[in-house]
Amino acid sequence: MGLMDLANPTRFMAFSARLLPWLGAACALAFAAGLYMTFFVAPDDYQQGATVKIMFLHVPAAWLAMMCYSIMAVSSLGTLVWKHPLADVSARAAAPIGAAFTFLSLVTGSLWGKPMWGTYWVWDARLTSVLVLFVMYLGLIALWRTMDDPIRAGKAAAILTLVGAVNLPIIKFSVDWWNTLHQPASVIRLDGPTIHPTILWPLLTMALAFTLLFVILHLLAMRNEILRRRLRTLQLGTASTRIATAAPQAAE
Amino acid sequence: MTELLDLGPHAGFILTCYAITLATIGGLFAWLVIDRSRLTDALAKLEAEGVRRRSSRGGSAGEPT
Repeated sequence: MGLMDLANPTRFMAFSARLLPWLGAACALAFAAGLYMTFFVAPDDYQQGATVKIMFLHVPAAWLAMMCYSIMAVSSLGTLVWKHPLADVSARAAAPIGAAFTFLSLVTGSLWGKPMWGTYWVWDARLTSVLVLFVMYLGLIALWRTMDDPIRAGKAAAILTLVGAVNLPIIKFSVDWWNTLHQPASVIRLDGPTIHPTILWPLLTMALAFTLLFVILHLLAMRNEILRRRLRTLQLGTASTRIATAAPQAAE
Repeated sequence: MTELLDLGPHAGFILTCYAITLATIGGLFAWLVIDRSRLTDALAKLEAEGVRRRSSRGGSAGEPT
């Protein structure tokens, strides 16, 4: 089956139903390994102590917050340029999940910041740009909900999503462009990670587990969105049939 | 096990992070399951009334639907 064949919602439903149990098993295994490494293998940081265990939640959540928006931006291109049948479904389904992961990155970062920085929040470039990302997710969810027609709502949301994508490089490079309280990148760097392998491997394992979790949640949300659109189509069809049958009777 | 419980003076912050993450992900799953249940119930109700999708009607092109 080619990738374009999945553009058919019925084929996508069948394919995702076969894929989800395997993804669920892989995700459970990855979380079991990741949590074991977090609590039994990874040592405490020489400066931060045990609070480094917050990093194993905070960093994957922050990565997924950005990855989810990137997926929405690509899906928006699919909606506007190629009018791909599943593109808008993908973008709309991803928004609440992206908002949840952004919320987690903000909250875990704040709870990590208090013991390490002495404050829950500062208005520095990294924290503020991630807060803007969270507000954008909420705005997009609201926009989709304000319009009854999913096609029109999808186009408007796609334009807003693409405009908002300018925030992604700002988030990524904010720690390099401005003087921030947040530490600079320590994993994805041109000169390699600066984290010791005993902490890096648990982090990468947890990142894999969270990514698999995201894929599962996104597929489940896309399946729901397809069902919602089928229901809407059937309800509109039923309503128009009732109006068509009622009109001649009224004329008599 | 002792090491697991020894989270140092900031254990409250660490455990709160894990609890909030668990609650958020659990909430997402619950929302998706409840939403799916609501949608499948509504679709089943329409099908029981005889309303079908074009693709599942299975009739020939000339057959009235």
